[in-house]
Amino acid sequence: MSNGSVDPAAVRHVAGLARVDLAEDEVEAFAAQFAEVLDYFETLDEVPEVESDPDLANVLRTDEVRAGLTQDEALRNAPDTEDGYFEGPPVG
Amino acid sequence: MSHDAFITHELIEAASSGPLAGRTVAVKDNISTEGVRTTCGSAMLAEYVPPYDATVVERLKEAGATIEGKTNMDEFGMGTTTETSHFGPTTNPVDDERVPGGSSGGSAAAVAAGEADLALGSDTGGSVRCPAAFCGVVGLKPTYGLVSRYGLVAYANSLEQIGPLAPTVEEAAEFLDVIAGADERDATTRSQGDDTNYATATDGDVEGMTVGVLTDLVEGADDRVQSAFENSIDDLAAKGAEIREVELDSLAHAVQAYYVIAMSEASSNLARFDGVRYGESGGFDGDWNDAFARSREAGFGPEVKRRILLGTYALSAGYHDKYYKKAQDARAWIKQDFDGALADADVLASPTMPVLPPKLGESLDDPLQLYLMDANTVPVNLADLPAISVPAGTADGLPVGVQFIGPAFGEEQIVRAGSAIEE
Repeated sequence: MSNGSVDPAAVRHVAGLARVDLAEDEVEAFAAQFAEVLDYFETLDEVPEVESDPDLANVLRTDEVRAGLTQDEALRNAPDTEDGYFEGPPVG
Repeated sequence: MSHDAFITHELIEAASSGPLAGRTVAVKDNISTEGVRTTCGSAMLAEYVPPYDATVVERLKEAGATIEGKTNMDEFGMGTTTETSHFGPTTNPVDDERVPGGSSGGSAAAVAAGEADLALGSDTGGSVRCPAAFCGVVGLKPTYGLVSRYGLVAYANSLEQIGPLAPTVEEAAEFLDVIAGADERDATTRSQGDDTNYATATDGDVEGMTVGVLTDLVEGADDRVQSAFENSIDDLAAKGAEIREVELDSLAHAVQAYYVIAMSEASSNLARFDGVRYGESGGFDGDWNDAFARSREAGFGPEVKRRILLGTYALSAGYHDKYYKKAQDARAWIKQDFDGALADADVLASPTMPVLPPKLGESLDDPLQLYLMDANTVPVNLADLPAISVPAGTADGLPVGVQFIGPAFGEEQIVRAGSAIEE
């Protein structure tokens, strides 16, 4: 991958990393659009390094047991369940 | 006349009587409502029914509000026109041929059309202020940490805040008083919102207030938008405000920084939609990775795929320093520039949107052009600041919004400035 040019193979590679299949016409369209958008992002090269001191504070509380979702509630939106578990596709 | 403002029209009754008793509220469909489906405008979550309420929904019910239903939105909040919704576009109540803005377009249209008294939206890069401006209503993006995001389906969590839409500044401020305040379920919330009374700040008294006009954001706007904006600034000057011009070099990089950060966070946040715990599975064959990739191909629309892929690219080996790190530098620079400008001014002002509401279908084909529409709103999210969009009359019969930006937790100043330009 060279800067400013995104070929269909690069789009397929990133789609693989992101776990999103694409149709062939989507790959072609995205390759052209990504080149344009990434070219635009190139102007970030002009940004100076900035010393920043973020205003952060730890927010801690006592670790205590509280009611959460029931098993039924947690599973309610799963397309497939078995014996009170989520059922997913086979691994490898 | 229906504007397709709602995805789900289902009343959720108040839990008690409070400051919002008798008022109806429309809730954007990425905010969780127990037992009522919450789709995020996506086929992926078309049948998702949350088992709990978002904190803001609990607070609305306790304040006596009746929830009118769940409003249409760009898929997962990704868009500026509400046309990327899986459920079809919402139309602008001011002109049915035009978009209502996005991504909280359904919420703004519901208020503008009188289908709800008030509405909740979420604003990641302008998604409350943009549709407010396009539909001629008031929209407020609170300071980051003022309003709990518990129960908001995350898109870019370092940028987004839930915010109110209302017909007037006073109603938006009253509504914000109800939902603001710390929440132990969202550790990014702060205590500054606990005992607010923003509604009393809507007195229109801008005598002695200093207003910094962000010239970089005025110059890029359509002439008709500029002229409506300038009328509002003249109005403030006539009421005793001191007007000065402010130039901020960092703003030229805000759109790029915003999209790199938002897309990067989206690529991570949307990884959870895999068709196993929730989301449509599609029942595809193959191993774990193949089945996920096909579920996600089927469940996500083009704009969502575009942003997940660009975000994955920006975070991938060899590109992280070039894109993500530089975007964080730009974010720090923008914050620094805003802090400097707000040391010399009480509020900063610009047009909310650089353009008038486009016609349906007019802006979708070119993603980069669509992203550039967000130039005036995204700097505020990068800097974690509050901003309000208030109607500033019309141009060619279409609404124009003025944006006022305040210092962190300076919501009083922006509602005061906003109330001064209301008709």
